[in-house]
Amino acid sequence: MDKPFRRRDLLGIRDLSASEITGILDTAENFREISTREVKKVPALRGKTIINLFFESSTRTRTSFEIAAKRLSADALNISVAASSLSKGETLLDTALNLDAMAPDCIVVRHSSAGVPHQLAKVSRAAIVNAGDGANEHPTQALLDAMTIREHKGKIDGLEVAIIGDILHSRVARSNIHLLTKLGAKVRVAGPGTLVPSAFQYLVEAGLTVCDHVEDAIRGADVVMILRIQRERQDSAYFPTLREYSIHYGLTDARLDLAKKDAIVLHPGPMNRGIEIASDVADSSRSLILDQVKYGVAVRMAVLYLATGGGTQAGTD
Amino acid sequence: MNFNGPFVTVSLHMGDEINLVEKSRIMDAAAMNRALRRLSTEIVEKNQGAEGLYLVGIRRRGVPLAEKIRDKIEAIEGQAPLFGILDITLYRDDLSTVGANPVVNRTELTEDIEGKNIILVDDVLYTGRTIRAALDQLMDFGRPNKVQLAVLVDRGREHRELPIQADFIGKLVPTKQTEIIKVMLKEFDDVEAVGIFEKPVD
Repeated sequence: MDKPFRRRDLLGIRDLSASEITGILDTAENFREISTREVKKVPALRGKTIINLFFESSTRTRTSFEIAAKRLSADALNISVAASSLSKGETLLDTALNLDAMAPDCIVVRHSSAGVPHQLAKVSRAAIVNAGDGANEHPTQALLDAMTIREHKGKIDGLEVAIIGDILHSRVARSNIHLLTKLGAKVRVAGPGTLVPSAFQYLVEAGLTVCDHVEDAIRGADVVMILRIQRERQDSAYFPTLREYSIHYGLTDARLDLAKKDAIVLHPGPMNRGIEIASDVADSSRSLILDQVKYGVAVRMAVLYLATGGGTQAGTD
Repeated sequence: MNFNGPFVTVSLHMGDEINLVEKSRIMDAAAMNRALRRLSTEIVEKNQGAEGLYLVGIRRRGVPLAEKIRDKIEAIEGQAPLFGILDITLYRDDLSTVGANPVVNRTELTEDIEGKNIILVDDVLYTGRTIRAALDQLMDFGRPNKVQLAVLVDRGREHRELPIQADFIGKLVPTKQTEIIKVMLKEFDDVEAVGIFEKPVD
């Protein structure tokens, strides 16, 4: 019998045990069916208030959390940075305390600095869910990626997963490396040397392999996970040009042929077509990008349900 | 709600599994089978056959019971009724209770319920709150022609907290509130039987 998911706050995958992760994924699978109903709504979180506090722009994640909250009948409201008091000089802590005084049950937070959700969790009575903090973690993205992999491969244990691209700035990569290694996958990363940090040494011990060439990472992989090139960081000269990046690291049909015949391709979006992923790969049947978005709603429903009081332990009547 | 700061775990009420003492056994496997056979006959008699009939088991113990009734109806009528499963967790009225930690399982109503004659199946009818949750969930899936309730054990009207009664009853067992009725099924337990249990007196 699995140990239950017992944390109110979901701050990162790094803090979770394998059985807690499995518990969240199992719960998410049971939430999937709700989005296929004609009335896509259950009364589970009626009367609960969920605040989406986004200090960084986001369409997919914020919409996904909002839809998840609404399908559970929670009252969801969105605060984006431009409209908030932060632009008037209020500190993050004061914003958090003021929100807390209005007694929300859960705050979903995204911020460009690592550790902001952890700070909020210290002062807030609401459950805190990390929707991405700097280059640290993006736990719900890793969970929905895991759900997509489980759905198509039936398992995670023993799979070979290649993660390609800007590992340095990617919270998606960090959360995924934690999750996949905890669940027994063999993870290989590759990207420009400037974007694959040596600080990942502690993960090498947990089973992560750092490859010098993208081909070495992809060869024999069951799953190829492509990261977005963060063009907004292009000024920092991590690599010479986007064209050169595309030539050396972009996922093309030829590179994908090195993977297993039934390999699947994941991308957290938004995609830069023709840069990190070729258009014909992105549009092929092996690319599960829209499945990831679909499972994202189920994962976030499960996380909100568990953060506000639900359980994962099997065996109740 | 309790303040459980960051990384602090919420206590689970796992210690609720106190050892219960079986006071008496009110049905064995043969008696259960006979009761389910009679229920199946009554269901097809009242609904004039299996046409348009849709059995819906309530998780967990209503599901194997509904399967047994489905098989018996198929044997009687030569036609199997439609079959589905409800998980009522997200419709419970005690979800906000701290420490409840109810676990969500899957609802499986693949066939449209519109215009069908639904037979809800559960193991025990007690307060009626589970059935209220099941009815609410069912209505979110469409507008059935009619909903009826079949239970293996009815603990009696005096315990009801809502105006809900069963249409088909395997056995009426008047009980005290301190007693617990347990329907044991081979899917979850070692035996197939119904017993009255009580918490031990210290």
